[in-house]
Amino acid sequence: MRDLPVAGGVLRVRGVELACRQFGSGPPLLMLHGGAGPTPRAPYLDALAAHFEIILPTHPGFYGSPHHKRVGGVDDLAYLYLDLIDDFGLDDLTVMGFSMGGWLALELATKSCARLKQLVLVDAVGVKFADRETRQFPDIFAMSQDTVGQLMFHDPARMAPDFAALSEEELTAFVTNREALIHYVWEPYLHNPKLLARLHRVTVPVACIWGDSDGLTTPDYGRQLAAALPNARFELIPQAGHAPQLEQPQAFVAAVLAACGR
Amino acid sequence: MRAWFFTETAYPYLPPQDEFESIRVQLPNRIFDPHLGADLYHRYIDEWCYAEECGLDIMLNEHHQTATCMDPAAPIMLGILARQTKTARLLLLGNPIANRRDPVRVAEEMAMVDVISRGRVEVGFVRGVPYEISAMNSKPVSMPERLWEAHDLILKAWTTHDGPFNWESEHFHHRQVNIWPRPWQQPHPPVWVTALSPGSIAPVADHHYVVATFLTGKDKTKDIFSAYRNRRLTQGHGLPSNDRTAYAALVYTGETDAEGQAGAEKLMWYITHNKVPPHFSNPPGYNSVDAVVNVLKSGKSPYLFGNFSLDTLMNQGIVFAGSPDTVYRQIREFYDVVGGFGHLLIMGQAGFLEHDETMKGIRLFGREVYPRLKDLA
Repeated sequence: MRDLPVAGGVLRVRGVELACRQFGSGPPLLMLHGGAGPTPRAPYLDALAAHFEIILPTHPGFYGSPHHKRVGGVDDLAYLYLDLIDDFGLDDLTVMGFSMGGWLALELATKSCARLKQLVLVDAVGVKFADRETRQFPDIFAMSQDTVGQLMFHDPARMAPDFAALSEEELTAFVTNREALIHYVWEPYLHNPKLLARLHRVTVPVACIWGDSDGLTTPDYGRQLAAALPNARFELIPQAGHAPQLEQPQAFVAAVLAACGR
Repeated sequence: MRAWFFTETAYPYLPPQDEFESIRVQLPNRIFDPHLGADLYHRYIDEWCYAEECGLDIMLNEHHQTATCMDPAAPIMLGILARQTKTARLLLLGNPIANRRDPVRVAEEMAMVDVISRGRVEVGFVRGVPYEISAMNSKPVSMPERLWEAHDLILKAWTTHDGPFNWESEHFHHRQVNIWPRPWQQPHPPVWVTALSPGSIAPVADHHYVVATFLTGKDKTKDIFSAYRNRRLTQGHGLPSNDRTAYAALVYTGETDAEGQAGAEKLMWYITHNKVPPHFSNPPGYNSVDAVVNVLKSGKSPYLFGNFSLDTLMNQGIVFAGSPDTVYRQIREFYDVVGGFGHLLIMGQAGFLEHDETMKGIRLFGREVYPRLKDLA
């Protein structure tokens, strides 16, 4: 794959300035981050970079990157990344999405699978199965950060952020990213009511990789999602919550490689 | 100076604060007794009417899903007061138009009450406190943009008289806007907007609206009013008159300092009974990133003055309380510190300040303090 014209960490896609990283070697993989923003450095990224050429954009607004008037929802993000895929001729592409990024991957694939090889959804949100009086996902904006940490991680004591210990820069990133997340997911909350009826359009294989202890997007929901897709498999990562890539990086990477036949 | 009597219409009959997590958003309404509530509504309406008898104007507001305020639909209360009163100006401060889904409905409500009251309505537009976010399922980002777009639509609805106009914009869509009735006051009722920091002052000053600030004390109020005056000057307008600035404080006037301060201690229910966890008081996007970072670091809400003593609050100009002479002196001192202001919004009832005590505070302020304030330009 040729290098994308990323100048100073910024890629221009149809007038939208997108912070973007490209690294690793192998077949192309578009990585769509979740509400916490793209992980700056992590063992799972290094391990995946040995097998894939990873394109990792930052959704507008995250890490203080500029919002764009035209990009106000997950649907808009899906068109933005379809433009990126088309304009730069990415083919036979694996799209991996974490949490909100998994929802985004589904939106993208329901619009066009033409250039996609497969999807990898990791603890993805986006689809509503429950009735109108049952939230599909806990309201993380109506609970303490401690409670969010309990729901998110298998081992919150090890994984949940200790706000008193974070640097000013890390805290600022956390707050900025939460604000950016709200731009995209506030209402309807963490889902698109129309997405369920469109899932039949996802004709490429989908690997649903789920943390066994995820209290935000539960394994039961993950199984329901996999069953609603035409061609999906579901795999649990033990002793991991909503972010298995951070909590159990080795098991996570092994599951991804197995799912992608690497 | 004009004085406006305000009660937030609290429902104070609550369990001990350690028995609930939040007085707002989540407090179960089984705690609310409709019979006690009805008595309170009628009592609060009587107190507003008595304020009019004592020569004061009237202010009301709205909050949602909270025991601190039983008026989640202020336009309804405004309509009652329009019928029950004859002379007082009626200020709704304000309509939370960044949270209201339909600004045209707000334009209709205000126009209707303006006509019923024969032109006594003053319309406030507010962003709404952070705890309203969850109660109204309102998106906490882009609120100023929504507020000013809603404002533009309401103003156009009030001032367009030749049939429908079209509005298709970022946040609101209406293809046939043509409100009936139109407002009594022409071109439209006076507009007020709240500001709690100098950073949000520019559009308020550019429209020459009344800027109102709540419990911000001497220093911060001075900064906000100065920002308003400076903005008018730098935009090539003259120095605005004092009637463009308003300040809300807890006020209780007694016959003696001791009686006035005893009343103020009861008014402090308003600030001591505001138990709200950080996820409701500090939703992402509502406050600046820096402010939210500080909350996360300290674990403390940005809106805490519950631990301050009455003396501290009086020194800061958040409470004016005592004998008529003392209350006048405190307001006069505050007036000089902030460079003058034109409207005093009197938070004159809260919590367990009973009916007769509230009436007495209104009466003494109206008779003994207000005449001296009217001379302040």
